[in-house]
Amino acid sequence: MNGARILIESLLCEGVDTVFAYTGGAVISIFDELHGTGDRIRLVMPRHEQAGTHAADGYARSTGKPGVVIVTSGPGATNTITGIATAYMDSVPLVVITGQVPLAKIGTDAFQEADILGITLPITKANFLVRKASELAETVKKAFLLATTGRPGPVLIDLPGNVQREEAEFSYPESIELKGYRPTVDGHPKQIQTAIHLLSQSARPLIMAGGGVLRSGAGKLVEDLADSLGIPVVCTLMGHGVTPEREELRFGPIGMHGSLYGNYAIQNADLILALGVRFSDRITGNPDEFAPQARIVHVDIDPAEIGKNVRADLPIVGSVSSVVQGLLKAALSLDTSAWLRDLTGFRMEHPLDPVRLDDSGQISPQWLVATAGRIFPDNTILATDVGQNQMWSAQFFGFPRGRTLLTSGGLGTMGFGLPAAIGAAVGTDPWGSNKNPPRPVLMISGDGGFQMNLQELATIRRYRLPVKMLVMDNAYLGMVRQWQELLYESRYSGTIMDDNPSFAALAEVMGIPGRTIRHPDEVEAALKELAACEGPMLVHAHVAGSANVLPMVPVGKALGQAVERIS
Amino acid sequence: MSRTTGTTRTQDETLSDHTISILVNNHPGVLSKLTSLITRRGFNIDSISAGPAKDADMYRLTIIVKGDDRGVEQIQKQLYKIVDTVKVSPINPANKVEREIGLIKLRATNGDRQEIIQLVSVFKAEIIDSGPGSFVVEIVGTSDRVDSFIAMFAPQKIIEVARTGIVAMNGCDKKQAR
Repeated sequence: MNGARILIESLLCEGVDTVFAYTGGAVISIFDELHGTGDRIRLVMPRHEQAGTHAADGYARSTGKPGVVIVTSGPGATNTITGIATAYMDSVPLVVITGQVPLAKIGTDAFQEADILGITLPITKANFLVRKASELAETVKKAFLLATTGRPGPVLIDLPGNVQREEAEFSYPESIELKGYRPTVDGHPKQIQTAIHLLSQSARPLIMAGGGVLRSGAGKLVEDLADSLGIPVVCTLMGHGVTPEREELRFGPIGMHGSLYGNYAIQNADLILALGVRFSDRITGNPDEFAPQARIVHVDIDPAEIGKNVRADLPIVGSVSSVVQGLLKAALSLDTSAWLRDLTGFRMEHPLDPVRLDDSGQISPQWLVATAGRIFPDNTILATDVGQNQMWSAQFFGFPRGRTLLTSGGLGTMGFGLPAAIGAAVGTDPWGSNKNPPRPVLMISGDGGFQMNLQELATIRRYRLPVKMLVMDNAYLGMVRQWQELLYESRYSGTIMDDNPSFAALAEVMGIPGRTIRHPDEVEAALKELAACEGPMLVHAHVAGSANVLPMVPVGKALGQAVERIS
Repeated sequence: MSRTTGTTRTQDETLSDHTISILVNNHPGVLSKLTSLITRRGFNIDSISAGPAKDADMYRLTIIVKGDDRGVEQIQKQLYKIVDTVKVSPINPANKVEREIGLIKLRATNGDRQEIIQLVSVFKAEIIDSGPGSFVVEIVGTSDRVDSFIAMFAPQKIIEVARTGIVAMNGCDKKQAR
C-alpha cells in the first residue's frame, strides 16, 4: 500500500478515531485515504490550522487521549506553531503530521516549503522526517509512544509528498525500543519511605497539586490521600479540578492571583507535597521567599523539573499516580486539626469574594463567572482564554468534584479558549454514538482572545457542536490594561477595544443563537438559557471595564505580599 | 495571565568550565538538537567535538560549557530529555584525560625557519607540511598546551589556526584490582 494509506492504517492501530485536519497540496494523498476510511476516523476540519491544533489540544486534555493534527506543508505547518508551543508548555500529548515537499525538493525553497523540523525543534518532545514509506509505521509508533508516555508532549512527523505516494509493505510494530528513552514511572521506594516519614512528623502538611496530577490520571488518588489524612490541597492553574471530598481541605488557587488563604497555606506549611508541578514564576512569586517554613517533597516524572526553579528537600522522580499509590499504602494517621483551624480561620477573615457589584450598575465580571459556576452542572468542562477571564475563572467558577478546566497556563495563548472548547466538545462525542450523556462544554473568553480565533464559529456550526460561549466584553485587553493602571499611570496604550462588533450578531450570521446582556438583572436568565439550550449558543456580556484581578502578588514579591485592592 | 512579562535567567557570578561527554544515537539533526538546547537554556558552548563512538550507530560528543554547578546539573538533565541522548557523563576534573589537536600555518621565510623548527622540537610538535614561505605545524595535547604553543608566535607570523576542540574522558580507575 502507499505511504498515505500506511499512515491511516497506523493511526487506526493506535486507536485514533478523530483527526483535526486541514488539507493542502502536500497532503492531498492523505486526505484521499481519509475519505476511504468511512466513519472509522472522523475528520474535524477547522477554519485555521492554529485553531485545529488548539482543538486537538482541548480534545487531548479533556479525554486523556492524544490529539492528532494533519496539515499541509509550509504555511499549514507554520500555522500550527502556536498550538504546538501551547501544548508543549502544558505537557499535552499531540501527534502533528505535516505534509512536506518531495524529498528531492527539500532545501530548494520549493513552493510551500518550510523547515518545520528546525522550526519546531524547541517546542516538540521529538520530531521526525520520514524518508521512506517503509519507515513510516515505525515512526508513527514512536511518535505515539513519545507523546503519551513519561512527561507527555507534542511530537511532529514531517511526511514528504513522494513518501505518501511510495509503495511499501505495511506491518505495524507491536512494541518498540528507544535506546536512551526510559522514563522513570515508579518512584524510588526509599524516597517514598522518606516522604512518609516526613509526613508523619509534619504538623502543617500541604498538598500542592499541579498539571502532572491530571496528566497521570491521579486526581482521584490525590483526593483520597488528602481526604484520608486530612491534608489541605492548593492547586496551581494547571491543577484545578483536584478537589478533595472534604470541603474544609480545599484551598484553591495559589500564586500571583491566588487566594490570600491559598498563598497563606503555602507560606505557613511545614511540609509541601508538590505533585506534578514545575514551580512556574506565576505560582512561586519570589522563589527565594517561597514557602519559607516548608520542606518540599517534589514529585515529578521529569527529572529536569526537580531543582529547576525551587529547591527540593526530597526529590521523587516518578509519575504522581505511582508515588501517591505508594503513599496511600502507608499506615499513617495525622492530626492536622490545629493547622486546619488556623487555615479556616484565616479564610474566614480573608475570603475570595466574587460578589463585588460595580458601582456603575454594570455587570461585575467576577460575579458573572461565579453565577455561571453556580448554574452550570458539576461535570462541566470549562475552557478559558487568557487574561482576566482566565484568572476570574480560576478564582470564581468553582471546581466541585468532576469539573475540568482547560486553559493555556504556560504559554498563555490568547485565542485558545474557543478552539479548545471545540476539541473538548468533539471529545464528548455529541453525535450520539456515545451512550453516556455528554458533558457540557462552556467557553469563557474575553473580547480580545475571542477575536483571535472567532472564525471557528463556523466549525461549531458545521459539526453542530454544543459549545456554550460566554464572551466577557470589558472593551479592553483587560489584563494588560490592569498592569498599565498599576504600573504605567493608566496610559492605556494599545489596550482599548471600545469598538468591538456585536458578538451575538456575529454568532447569528454564523447560524448560532446569540444574546447580548448589559445589565446585572439579565445575567441569571441568559446563563440559564445558555446552560439549558441543546446546541451551541453565545452570550455577549458587556461587563465593567474597570474591574481588576485581585488579589495580586506584584512581580518579584513573596506570596505573602499580595495587594488586595488598588487605590 | 498576561502576556506582558518574562524573567531572564540570573547568571551566577561563580562560573567555571565543565566538561561533559554525551553519547547519542547517530540520527540526522541530533547535533543541532543538542547545541540549540544548550543555547536556548542560556548556556554558551566553549568547545564541542564529535566523532563515532564504540558502537558504529552512536556518536560521542565532548562539550565544554561555562556555568555554576546547579546550572550544569540542569543542562545534563535537559540533555537527557532529547530522545536520541543515550548517556550524559560529566567528566571529573580530578581524573580528566583530555586532548586537542591544533593545526597552525606559520609564515616561514628563510630567517624564521630555523627558529620555528627549534620551537616545534621543544614542544614535541610536528611539521606536517611545508612550502617555500610557510609551514603547517601539528600540536597535540591539552588545550593549555595548544594555547601556549600558539602564544610563542607573533600574530603576524600566524596565517591560520584550526583546532579540533577538546575530546575528553574520565581516566582509568587507579585503585588496585583484587
